[in-house]
Amino acid sequence: MSKKIKSLKELEELRKEGLKSLYPDKPRIMIGMATCGLASGANEVFEALNTKVRENRIDIKIVPTGCLGYCQIEPLVDVFKPGWPRIIYQKMNGEKVIKLLESLTRESIWKDSILARLDRDELLIFGKTKKYDIQGELSGVIDDIPLLQEIPFYCKQFRIASRNCGFIDPTNVIEYVARGGYYSLFKVLSQYEPDQVIEEIIKSGLRGRGGGGFPTGKKWLYCRQAKGNVKYVICNADEGDPGAYMDRSILEGDPHSILEGMIIGAYAIGAREGYIYVRNEYPLAVKHISIAIKQAEEYGLLGEDILGSGFSFSIRVNRGGGAFVCGESTALMASLEGRVGEPRAKHIHTVESGLWEKPTNLNNVETWANVPVIIARGADWYSKIGTEGSKGTKIFSLVGKINNTGLAEVPMGITLREIIFDIGGGIPGGKKFKAVQTGGPSGGCIPENFLDLPVDFDALTKVGSMMGSGGMIVMDEDTCMVDVAKYFLTFLKDESCGKCTSCREGIKQMLEILNRITQGEGKEEDIELLEELSEVVKSTSLCALGGTAPNPVLTTIRYFRDEYEAHIKDKKCPARVCRDLITYTIDQEKCTGCTRCARECPQEAIVGERRKPHRILQEKCVKCGICYETCKFDAIKVE
Amino acid sequence: MVKLVIDGKEVEVEEGLSVLEAAKRIGVKIPTLCYHPAVSAYGACRVCTVEVIRKGWSRLTAACTYPVQDGIEVKTNSEKVIKARRLIIEMLLARCPNVKAIQELAREMGLDKVRFPQEDKECILCGLCVRVCSEVIGANAIGFASRGLERKVTTPFEIEPDTCIGCGACAVVCPTGAIKIEDIEDKRKIDMWSRKLERVRCERCGRYFFTKAMVDYVKARNEKIEKLQEFLNLCPDCRREILKDKLRVTKETTTLHRT
Repeated sequence: MSKKIKSLKELEELRKEGLKSLYPDKPRIMIGMATCGLASGANEVFEALNTKVRENRIDIKIVPTGCLGYCQIEPLVDVFKPGWPRIIYQKMNGEKVIKLLESLTRESIWKDSILARLDRDELLIFGKTKKYDIQGELSGVIDDIPLLQEIPFYCKQFRIASRNCGFIDPTNVIEYVARGGYYSLFKVLSQYEPDQVIEEIIKSGLRGRGGGGFPTGKKWLYCRQAKGNVKYVICNADEGDPGAYMDRSILEGDPHSILEGMIIGAYAIGAREGYIYVRNEYPLAVKHISIAIKQAEEYGLLGEDILGSGFSFSIRVNRGGGAFVCGESTALMASLEGRVGEPRAKHIHTVESGLWEKPTNLNNVETWANVPVIIARGADWYSKIGTEGSKGTKIFSLVGKINNTGLAEVPMGITLREIIFDIGGGIPGGKKFKAVQTGGPSGGCIPENFLDLPVDFDALTKVGSMMGSGGMIVMDEDTCMVDVAKYFLTFLKDESCGKCTSCREGIKQMLEILNRITQGEGKEEDIELLEELSEVVKSTSLCALGGTAPNPVLTTIRYFRDEYEAHIKDKKCPARVCRDLITYTIDQEKCTGCTRCARECPQEAIVGERRKPHRILQEKCVKCGICYETCKFDAIKVE
Repeated sequence: MVKLVIDGKEVEVEEGLSVLEAAKRIGVKIPTLCYHPAVSAYGACRVCTVEVIRKGWSRLTAACTYPVQDGIEVKTNSEKVIKARRLIIEMLLARCPNVKAIQELAREMGLDKVRFPQEDKECILCGLCVRVCSEVIGANAIGFASRGLERKVTTPFEIEPDTCIGCGACAVVCPTGAIKIEDIEDKRKIDMWSRKLERVRCERCGRYFFTKAMVDYVKARNEKIEKLQEFLNLCPDCRREILKDKLRVTKETTTLHRT
């Protein structure tokens, strides 16, 4: 029998089936098994649990799920049991999960390693909340467990694009449908003319989440209006900014939300074919999105005659070869065509002439994932979230010197301080905050005095950085800003396609200067020369990679000029990072002559008699810092 | 037709032209390195950077890839342009200090000092050779490989490409003289592409002229024109001799068009 859905009734039936899968009449244990979870050992948890359950024939359901965002405390294990609230456990391992299971079979809540509980399910698409049926006698036991939405990491979040990540089995379409998936598609195909869809997206104020921030609805409109019968829709899943992984998280944890967004977009634009360009370094994402496509086709949600509407649309997955520049739309399209992934001048926009010179609409993963919610809840609802110029939410990846590493989806307009200190939990080890790099390698470093800046597309651009894909690399007082600029330019030097002189040679020359400065060979005029180069690279490069490449240099000069000057004039690295500018010495008063540093020194550069103060032979020292790390008496000085 | 202003002069040109081509029409010279009228514009060298003011917004852009638009104002010599172009040429000169074409551009710009460490390369990665090989000759024997500073023009798998017919179009369009062709008797060598080819003698005068691969390539492309096949065994001079009286083909019209 064909599984193909042709009516609302059939979709409703599928949803009911999905609800049974989500809320079975037996316990259901979900393990966060996105790449971040796997990296912290989720597989071990899964294997241990699975083996035990199989051996003892315990009647529970084990489900791998996506990432809840709180990557710092993974592996996360989420327990649903009829009559109980859902309980989420943190930092799990094989041993702990067995204890949890044993406790569960004894019908009692395991109280160790609990992160939070959930007493309800937010069904964003329907605008409804489903309260769990919690049995009375439990209330005393669970009261001291905080609710998930009340703990600091989550209380300011609003998860729209990542609504299903960590809540469903991403490889099972019916669980997506259970939470309202494909209802928006049905609504669009049965009630909307293409122009109405576009109008709704324009009204919502949604802007591209990939970095550019171009109004999505307008892009769709231009593509719809472009001449030609053959049009394409592309999902840019070539996420490449260091430290940004929100797209991966959606691809792995909720692939159908992307597909649904793309199908709606294709209907609005008039495209029959779509591509997902995903980097091959994301094997799990490729796997999940491929499974999702297959399942959507099986249920008639994708392919010929979608939901019996007569509209047909197919999607193919294309794996990228790992070039950062292929995230640029024209380079991505060149790569899709099988050519070298390098950008071309965009004076004729891709919405008019893109893939194979046909009108092409490209949006990023997160943008597509927002679409079904906008359709379901309406533009008026969506546009109430966020700021005047930037509507909705944005997922940020918090990485670097921050306590809570992870993905946080917040309404636009929230301040940097709220993201870094309230959600992110501040800086580890009681260190001082120094700067945050937003927008990936071509974004900029924002200093402390802008912490109360409301985060949206325009505010970030105003201070010399950008939203980019939403990466946030937090830096503390031990970070050298010249070194940071050098790090990002090194990345860009390798990732520039090399086509245009400005970007290729300009980045190279800027990097040469930065190297010189960090080696103590900086010249007085170097800052000026860096600024001159930045200006020209910015204004004359062919594509946005070169156009934004100088941002890390410009912002670090703008906000941390004194650090540049210290390197150049005083030949000192204030953060004590640049090896050529620091000296390790031993405090003769503090040194006890324990010989530990001398034994650890790989250069044998530390000499001295036992129980007498040691000293470092500067000509042998390579400044690796091992002595500093090993000394128990705080006797190693770095200057 | 499209109306625009270039350096204060009103110009009316047909749609589809680039700003560079429009400027050329009215005799405004914009320096270029990666541009050649025989192939598509590429926008790689950025030497033709100009200032375009459109709807009140000023931006720098490459004149070779920017299509003419109604109402735009182009400045080819504004302070901004000169500053950017000078620095671009300075960077190119640091890469290729011994290339004549770049030295000349530098001299024209009054550039007497290079503030960057110098290399000694000849290729500026303008891609003219790649484009002429693909778009004009149709051989597709060379292409770009790697990215960033590693980027280079090379042959597939960096081995001798049997698709290269040794026509030498790449060397002709190369603005820096990076591609060198050596003809010794019956052999043609193009070291840059690790290519060695056999040359053929003219059936009439006995002089070595084209490579055998080239003659075969042209013959194969015109296989239906039987009369041409034998004619192609003659060197260009002898062909002209023969045709001179019949068709009045002069040497000038068959010489490669250069700019």
